[in-house]
Amino acid sequence: MSVNFIALAYLVAAVFFILSLKGLSSPTAARRGNLLGMLGMGIAVSTTLTITGNWVLILSCIAVGAIIGSIVAQRIQMTAMPELIAFMHSLVGLAAVFIAIAAVNNPVSFGLPEILPAGNKLELFLGTFIGAMTWSGSVIAFLKLSGRMSGAPIIFSGQHMVNLLLAIVMISFGLWFFFSETTNWTAFSTMTAVAFLLGFLIIIPIGGADMPVVISMLNSYSGWAAAGIGFSLGNPMLIIAGSLVGSSGAILSYIMCKAMNRPFLSVILGGFGSDGGSQSTSD
Amino acid sequence: MIGEIDPTIINLTVFVLAVFVGYHVVWNVTPALHTPLMSVTNAISSIILVGAMLAAGSAEADWGAWLGAAAVVLASINVFGGFLVTQRMLEMFKKKDKKGQA
Repeated sequence: MSVNFIALAYLVAAVFFILSLKGLSSPTAARRGNLLGMLGMGIAVSTTLTITGNWVLILSCIAVGAIIGSIVAQRIQMTAMPELIAFMHSLVGLAAVFIAIAAVNNPVSFGLPEILPAGNKLELFLGTFIGAMTWSGSVIAFLKLSGRMSGAPIIFSGQHMVNLLLAIVMISFGLWFFFSETTNWTAFSTMTAVAFLLGFLIIIPIGGADMPVVISMLNSYSGWAAAGIGFSLGNPMLIIAGSLVGSSGAILSYIMCKAMNRPFLSVILGGFGSDGGSQSTSD
Repeated sequence: MIGEIDPTIINLTVFVLAVFVGYHVVWNVTPALHTPLMSVTNAISSIILVGAMLAAGSAEADWGAWLGAAAVVLASINVFGGFLVTQRMLEMFKKKDKKGQA
């Protein structure tokens, strides 16, 4: 199938995603919005199938995921919805990291030059660390919401300094990866490991009651991660849908904060300069 | 002119415009729909499946392709789980509406 046709199909899918988000913001169109989202995803996936090999492998993997996903969605209690969403974000984050590792390992199979150009390295670096932070942050959010971990904020002295330091370390290794002539696995894997750790540390000081906002924020992160991967693979579908999710997730968390009368920045930065986040009453 | 532009710039253009679209479509969301909207956004973020398929479908099947296959499983859990859960949530709204009318 021609590249142009694929790009057009992706455009149609992107329009469906936009209509889906638009539909979900008004009660009358919400159900149709969800259907449009499914339709968009169907178009995006079937279009992508025409440009990949290994159909048997891909389709059987999708089937496995479909069975697990459908069973979970049917069985979950309605009250457990936020933690389910948190759990599913962690999957997106982890998938982004896996794809980035595969791309760093074998750029040629993604149609990239064998020695990754600087631009692609930067995009892979962004996609990986955002994905890794989304994964570990969502895992903590899931554990807190499902009651497997105390919903109380975990705060230790110098927390923000530790986070800042780790962020600097992570960026330094990212830069090392960026400036290395060949594929620098040491820098790449250290950067990823630090990003995982940072994701944990950023979410533990946030109280259970602020979790819905955090989940929405992590949702936004998972979108940015997808967009980052989209840039590195040069795939417009990933860029459009990723940035749609990224920006709408960020706006939604801001709106939710306002609805809950919580200062946005202090929730996102883990109780920075505030009382450390309100505590969940259910604990 | 468009042929001479670096593809990265075109991607960046698309990115920035999509960011603005995302911002505007959710800005007026009804508070009752916060959770379903979050859920559908989550389902759409599983578009990462496209990237996972590209990784899994690479011609040279080395361990990167297996990593891609794992990513396909993870992302498709999210595709199906995400949209179905949103549907369940919205069905709940529908029932409530009916009760309200009756």
